[in-house]
Amino acid sequence: MAVLRPAGDFDRSYEQDMGIVRQRWQLFLLLGAILLACSAAFWGEARFVFNLNRLAYLIIALQGLNILTGYTGQISLGQAAFMLVGGYASGLLAIHLSLPIYLSIPLAALITGCVGLLFGLPSLRVKGFYLAMATLAAQFIIPWLTRQPRFSTWLGGTKGFIDIPTTFLTVFPLLLLILIAAGIVAYVGWYTQRPQFQWGGLAVFLITGVIYSAWDISLRRTVNIAGLPPTDLFAAGHLKAFITVLTTGVPMRAWIISLRELPTYYLSVSLITLLLSTILTINITRSRLGRALIAIRDNDLAAELLGVNLFQYKLRAFFIAAFLAGVAGALRAHSERGVGTEFGYSLRESILFLGMLVIGGLGTNLGPYLGGAFVIAVEDFALWLGPELALIFPTRSAELQSSFRPIFFGLVLVLFLIFEPRGLAHRWMLLKASWRLRPFAR
Amino acid sequence: MNWILVPQQLVNGLMYGGTLALIALGIVLIYKSSEVFNFAYGHMLMLGAFLTWWFAGGARTGNEPISLPLGWAIVAAVLVSVLLGFLIERLALRPMAGQPLLAIVLMTLGLSQIFEGSVNLLFGVTPKGNFPSPFSPSDAYTIPVPPVDGESIVFLDRIQIGHTRLATFVVAVVAAAIFMLFFQYTKIGLAMRATSENHELARSLGIKVPRIFALSWAIAGITATLGGVLLATLSGVSVNLAAVALVAFPAILLGGLESFPGAIIGGLLVGLATEIVKAATVVEVRNSADIAPYVLLLIFLLLRPEGIFGRHRIERI
Repeated sequence: MAVLRPAGDFDRSYEQDMGIVRQRWQLFLLLGAILLACSAAFWGEARFVFNLNRLAYLIIALQGLNILTGYTGQISLGQAAFMLVGGYASGLLAIHLSLPIYLSIPLAALITGCVGLLFGLPSLRVKGFYLAMATLAAQFIIPWLTRQPRFSTWLGGTKGFIDIPTTFLTVFPLLLLILIAAGIVAYVGWYTQRPQFQWGGLAVFLITGVIYSAWDISLRRTVNIAGLPPTDLFAAGHLKAFITVLTTGVPMRAWIISLRELPTYYLSVSLITLLLSTILTINITRSRLGRALIAIRDNDLAAELLGVNLFQYKLRAFFIAAFLAGVAGALRAHSERGVGTEFGYSLRESILFLGMLVIGGLGTNLGPYLGGAFVIAVEDFALWLGPELALIFPTRSAELQSSFRPIFFGLVLVLFLIFEPRGLAHRWMLLKASWRLRPFAR
Repeated sequence: MNWILVPQQLVNGLMYGGTLALIALGIVLIYKSSEVFNFAYGHMLMLGAFLTWWFAGGARTGNEPISLPLGWAIVAAVLVSVLLGFLIERLALRPMAGQPLLAIVLMTLGLSQIFEGSVNLLFGVTPKGNFPSPFSPSDAYTIPVPPVDGESIVFLDRIQIGHTRLATFVVAVVAAAIFMLFFQYTKIGLAMRATSENHELARSLGIKVPRIFALSWAIAGITATLGGVLLATLSGVSVNLAAVALVAFPAILLGGLESFPGAIIGGLLVGLATEIVKAATVVEVRNSADIAPYVLLLIFLLLRPEGIFGRHRIERI
């Protein structure tokens, strides 16, 4: 997809033209930003870290909704319910099968995707308002199911599902090194079109991955985690052990890092997942799939006449949206160490998602970032303002504390819809354009 | 199925469905005249109930000088709601003319959030149990049911109809009837129907379309307040009324989006479904009164998406 670029901004290769990160300074900026965000737990306040983590998984859910609503044009009022499914699935897998999160989150996301397909089925026959109602039904039925007393031994009933046990991360240094090396070999082989490197690297990667996860799971089954002391990832003792392993190669011992005291870990996991999901959504939207989805959004009858299989592509959009919602829900469940209707996941959150998307910019890849950050900032302001005012007017403190969040969100949404219906992403593009044209025209 | 309860639940469902039908009528009215799905309707309804409660002196903190009898409180609340309807139409929805469906739906959702917060701020977060109802909840008419001979199914031998339920049903039916007569036989009703058929054609005939929009929002304010008062006499005033009123959306989809009789039938169906499941023997089904309308909705969307009275839309590129 050709993007209009100003004169003097040349690409030297096809790869550079297609790259998401096209220039070296962008790469450095990105790496710096990731490092800054991942290390937030070391320099930021607890609330800031919490909000950053929340923002990361909300953006993942928003990206899913953006594929469904922004690119395919199908209104969904059920994204929060799908997050609930993802959280439950990942928690159950972690508890009952002792799966580590790098297995439980993808599996939970697949399960959520299938649930999303189920509720996407009416999308063949209905659209617009009708489809919004079908997803609204999902938003009511799924939380209702989780609250049923019959499943309470599994799902925790109305109280929610607490005690998700993935509080530790096992690191097998040698295996991890092999894993990373095999991944790099496979990627370079794919990039330079050398099949022997590509497939060989992939095979080693998969085999090592299976061994690694089998070992991890067995360790989880045998070791009593609660009794282990918390360990810092960057502690000097481990560095020494790491060097010993590298030099002698003998003791392939595992580091068990207790993560209850290490918010960095959850933040890092969320941010890395966010990076992956961003690459995924950008590539979806600029590929054949994305073009088909945009065609459906702009005119579904015309798209069908052009050979886009409506049902198939709508279901794919539903699957992607529910998949990313599942990832987000799983991340949220693991970092809040609990999942259930007590924690939210209500219709209000689904509305919040749609609002964030519109405020950020529907159908843009920047939209989820801007909208999510903006709305979280507004909500945080409301959460700060309420108690402050409650101090001044103590007789009405209960009202003041709870009412500003919906009012501010509603006002922001209404004002954006009237004055900037294309969202912050559009405003950002305008800003960029005017910066480029400076000092000549605006 | 717990057959012994079925006649009682049927009657309850009918009574509840009457109120839902009135609520659904208000939503259909706005949709027909201006093609806006008013997701804020539940919150308008809640606001109407809270206003009535406030005008009737329910707050009783000593600061409010206003303590009207129920009838005048309703009138005052209706006036405020009508004003609010005008304001919403003028300030929020008119700038949105010609925007896609999603933007309009989100506009009403945003308005609903503003209402929710404002009601919290003005009237407090706790549910109010002291809604001024003219009936005490224990009063009921008892209707004997003749026993059915030679059947294995046994019904309870009497049906109790609470005065409150009966009164809400009667008010809802009368209001719905007035509403439909107004729509069918007055000149303004005719103008509104013409607008709903085709905006431009109506405009060329000299109908002031913006005024019709404003009028339909005002009427929706009236029906919202009435529905809110009816629901509040059944269950008390709280923020949850908005969620209760959300059930009217399945009702209008069941009936067919653009049909007034459909809205009434859909409301009754949803009311019946909500109450009938309470007579089931399986505990999960008995608990499912909250989601029964949505399950019904999903079934309808799969089998007959255009609803009972809806027209199948023919689309062209």
